[in-house]
Amino acid sequence: MTAEPMWVPGEVPPADEVSTPYWEATRAHRLTVQECTACGHRQHPPRAVCTRCSSTESLTQPETAGTGRVDSFTVIHRAPRADVAVPYAVARVRLTAGPIVLTRLDGRDDPEAWTIGDPVVVVWTDLPDGRALPSFRPDPADPTKES
Amino acid sequence: MSPGVAIVGAAECDLGVTGLSILGLQTQAVTRALADAGLTLADVDGIATTTVSRFSATQLADYFGIEPRWTDSTFAGGSAFEMFVARAAQAIEAGQCEVVVISFASNQRSARSRKLGGVHEPWIPEAQFEEPYDMLYPLSYYAMAARSYLHRYGGTREQLAEVAVAAREWALLNPKAFRYGKGPLSVEDVVGSTMISSPLTAADCCLVTDGGGAVVLTSLERARDLRQKPVQVLGYGERTTNTSFTAVDDLTRPGAVGSGADAFARAGITPADVDVLEVYDSFTITAALSVEALGFCGEGEVLDFIADGRIRPGGALPLNTSGGGLSYCHPGQFGVLLLVEAVRQLRGECGDRQVPDAQVAVAHGTGGILSTHATVVLGVDR
Ligand SMILES: [Zn+2]
Repeated sequence: MTAEPMWVPGEVPPADEVSTPYWEATRAHRLTVQECTACGHRQHPPRAVCTRCSSTESLTQPETAGTGRVDSFTVIHRAPRADVAVPYAVARVRLTAGPIVLTRLDGRDDPEAWTIGDPVVVVWTDLPDGRALPSFRPDPADPTKES
Repeated sequence: MSPGVAIVGAAECDLGVTGLSILGLQTQAVTRALADAGLTLADVDGIATTTVSRFSATQLADYFGIEPRWTDSTFAGGSAFEMFVARAAQAIEAGQCEVVVISFASNQRSARSRKLGGVHEPWIPEAQFEEPYDMLYPLSYYAMAARSYLHRYGGTREQLAEVAVAAREWALLNPKAFRYGKGPLSVEDVVGSTMISSPLTAADCCLVTDGGGAVVLTSLERARDLRQKPVQVLGYGERTTNTSFTAVDDLTRPGAVGSGADAFARAGITPADVDVLEVYDSFTITAALSVEALGFCGEGEVLDFIADGRIRPGGALPLNTSGGGLSYCHPGQFGVLLLVEAVRQLRGECGDRQVPDAQVAVAHGTGGILSTHATVVLGVDR
């Protein structure tokens, strides 16, 4: 079992009225994806409108499985801020629920060992203000790729 | 395009490491392009520019003592200038203005103003949902697009490096190029360069230089009375696709697919008719994806397509003949310099790097993280 991610996120801006349900759920380490109850569309990041049916009244933020697959990734060797250790992997993860999220990939000693299509599961880094930031690590439930 | 619009002046400002101010460089670009056209500031009644200040075109109008009948300050990153050509052509054809100057200049290298992480705007969704992961902006997006492309089609970093190798070959023929006289670049140089955001190395990335340029547009009718051979605007198209890293489903098929199709249809030509191609090369992958998306080869084929020297000097598809953003100049937004080089090729002014008998040129700009895409087709006035 992989421990908590070993990195310290930069400052995460406060939630606004649209993103508050998403961030509140992170306090309990629940990953949510915005869903429109009028048409069933799921979208991320959360918005004030459904991009499929234009509804502004039918948007909910239900919990999702927290699993997905690596859509693509890059290993960064030159940090954009002073207190970030390199190298680390940043990825697009396509959630099982549908939408793509940007994230870090944790849980492998060599970040270049990741492959597009790898199954992943969410893991959380607690923020000083009580919210938490999701990242992803190899999915132990899927035995096809474990390093 | 019944009445017709032409580019009648084109120029660079000083390039490289200038120690000059943005407005000083803008002035060089604009006055040199106007002189090239045989015009002065007094002739200008339209201004399009970005990144001077919040009120960019207004700022420039004030600085030049002009009260324009038409301006555009659309901020769309590197493709804005190809968008400006479309809007300027429409404004001139509609009679709203007669002489438009499109310009850009940056002193980013002298001012050390470029940041690896990009610009922080805490109110946009990306600040909450993407920036906390410390991706490099824009590089990491292109790196993921490159990873996706190589994974899907089985290409190699060595094949992709050809874009940078070819750009250097062109730059060695251009005395204005930042890498002029610096010798050829090898595939090994590119893949062995410092890894920054894998699979892209420092040599897959464009230069960070000062520089910029300007082009002057007017009606084709008036253009025929001016001093330079008119370069006609034959077509244009654009697509705007994303600001986030996650909105676009397929990283390998950028908005250039649509912008190119629109531009070629408007011009009534196909890629086979293009003699010179100037595409945005913020990174090697940017140019590779663009060449493919514009329809010069089939899906998944671009790395094989360029492997035979086709895009090098003397090749069948002269690409980025100035040396491009990779080896000539990249002032943060390269789009205006794509236009300047395309115009010069169509006028036959390019000396050692001149493409013989160039009749049709395409300039294709890309902004942000494959966010904005704009294509312009230019042709020699017949
Ligand atoms: Zn809906």
